Amino acid sequence: MTIRKIKLGPIVLTVLFGALSLFFLLPLAWMMSAAAKTEKEVWTFPIQWIPEDWHFAENFRTVWMGDVSFGLFYMNSIKIALISTLATLIVSAMAGYALSKLEFTGKGLIFSAMMAFMMIPEQATLVPRYIMIKEMGLYDTHAALILMGMFSSYFTFLLRQFMIGVHNDLLEAAELDGAGFFRIFWSVMLPLSRPILATVGIIKFIWTWNDYQGPLIMLNSTNLYTIPLGMQFFKEEFGTTISVMMMASLAAIIPLLVLFLVLQKQVIQGISIGGVKG
Amino acid sequence: MSQHATVQKQLAAREKKTYWTRRRREQLAGWLFIAPEVIGMLVLAVFPLIFSLGLSLTEWNLVGGLSAIKFIGLDNFAELFRDDRFLQALKNNIGFTVGTVPVTMLLGVVFAAIIHKKLYFKNYFKVAFFVPYICSTVAIAAVWSALYHPSKGPLNQLLIQLGASDPPRWLVDTSWSLVAIMVIYIWQLLGYQIIIFMAGMTNIPDELYEAATIDGATGIQQFRRITLPLLGPTTFFLAITSIISSFKVFDMIKFLTNGGPNYSSTVIVYQIYEEGFQHFRMGYASAMSWILFLIIMLVTSLTWITQSRKVHY
Repeated sequence: MTIRKIKLGPIVLTVLFGALSLFFLLPLAWMMSAAAKTEKEVWTFPIQWIPEDWHFAENFRTVWMGDVSFGLFYMNSIKIALISTLATLIVSAMAGYALSKLEFTGKGLIFSAMMAFMMIPEQATLVPRYIMIKEMGLYDTHAALILMGMFSSYFTFLLRQFMIGVHNDLLEAAELDGAGFFRIFWSVMLPLSRPILATVGIIKFIWTWNDYQGPLIMLNSTNLYTIPLGMQFFKEEFGTTISVMMMASLAAIIPLLVLFLVLQKQVIQGISIGGVKG
Repeated sequence: MSQHATVQKQLAAREKKTYWTRRRREQLAGWLFIAPEVIGMLVLAVFPLIFSLGLSLTEWNLVGGLSAIKFIGLDNFAELFRDDRFLQALKNNIGFTVGTVPVTMLLGVVFAAIIHKKLYFKNYFKVAFFVPYICSTVAIAAVWSALYHPSKGPLNQLLIQLGASDPPRWLVDTSWSLVAIMVIYIWQLLGYQIIIFMAGMTNIPDELYEAATIDGATGIQQFRRITLPLLGPTTFFLAITSIISSFKVFDMIKFLTNGGPNYSSTVIVYQIYEEGFQHFRMGYASAMSWILFLIIMLVTSLTWITQSRKVHY
């Protein structure tokens, strides 16, 4: 039994990085503090981190209980993010299953084509997709956003990579028991893929929640706005009232912050799989 | 008679059975399972890409309806290279990439190595640096726009206190607007880079470091001789994806500056947005889209070519 020597280096470095990490969190801390202040106090310098004159309730009311409230933007964002996430998971899991475990003509070609499609930047096809959505009569609807958001070769790729690792024995056992391919997919493959489905689902949810460009182009009516567009709306309405803007920013960030802190492992894992295996 | 019918039935049943062999069923299942994704890709990626190439050869103001489409050949592309705003956007995009990608990647790998090897409370650091990446870009942009306020913002107040007599006016200053946005971008993205690099580092076997320690290699030597070379694939992945995403930057620009002041912070995607969705010049915007697409293709293939020579697996 030896007592481990306490090294000075790591302690010093930890303290140093502790300070550095605070610097990264400072803008967010400033936002939270400003959201609870009066407009005048927002700008006092040196920064008054704990408000002297609490204005949280008033700012809250402006953001949440005005004529057009954040509550509405929230419902829109939740609806769109949930439906697109679910739709992406179904479409990508089906494709992932076909690409990993089924043999059919054209599989190799489809897979290579999908890898190539990953390189087409969404921004390069914005104009034609907008025209198509207009022609389909879906402009200014949530359906447009969901449709645009439900196909992802990237997520299909991630799910395929995971599903390749699922043992064939399990699938064959189900087949011997008389299960068809759909049954195998639904009752064997999906339950076994739960970890990757959760990971992909969270990432997709975060991306959709934060998407600004899609709604900006596809939506027009204020009552259909998602949160990022709602932020833009608040900027235009209350552009000079920073405390209100900060309350709105806080509202936009809080759900994801909570989701992230609860599910950090899955989020971080989800972000890193692409980088390591890709 | 009745016996004959039974045999017929059995035969029919067997024929059906032999037709639906396992292989045939698997073929069908394969196609059914892949169909939604393939249709989605064709409708939302392949067709639009071709459509936009077609559009780029036309002059079409959406307001005029379909009958207003006019074929003009390569005129849009010729006009692009005479268009000062587009050239400025192109220049800004390149500057943005050069100014953000090396910085985030360098800081990312160094921070990741230190957090991975040297720090206590590793998990805290992962989370702290990563939080900005999770947050909505628009919300973050709103926060920074206040921090950047030329006269009252905390950043300039601090600079004044530190003795700067004439601090930059950040977002409203033509020579600083793009830099100001780059700072936010780096701040938001660094955590992502750290996470990806750390994921790559956990795949490097510990024995290598143990052997190096026995041989008396210092931490910095180990970083240069073991960590960096073995991170080749990760670095390659990050290089491609970061360059591509730096060419797609839009949210911050739209929310903070609308490309201004005086086009000092405009970028290609912002120009596509302005021409296509504010002026409804669909043909011209499509031509820009294709330039963006070609740039990204070029970057990707160049990185692939250099990668095959430099990356150690």
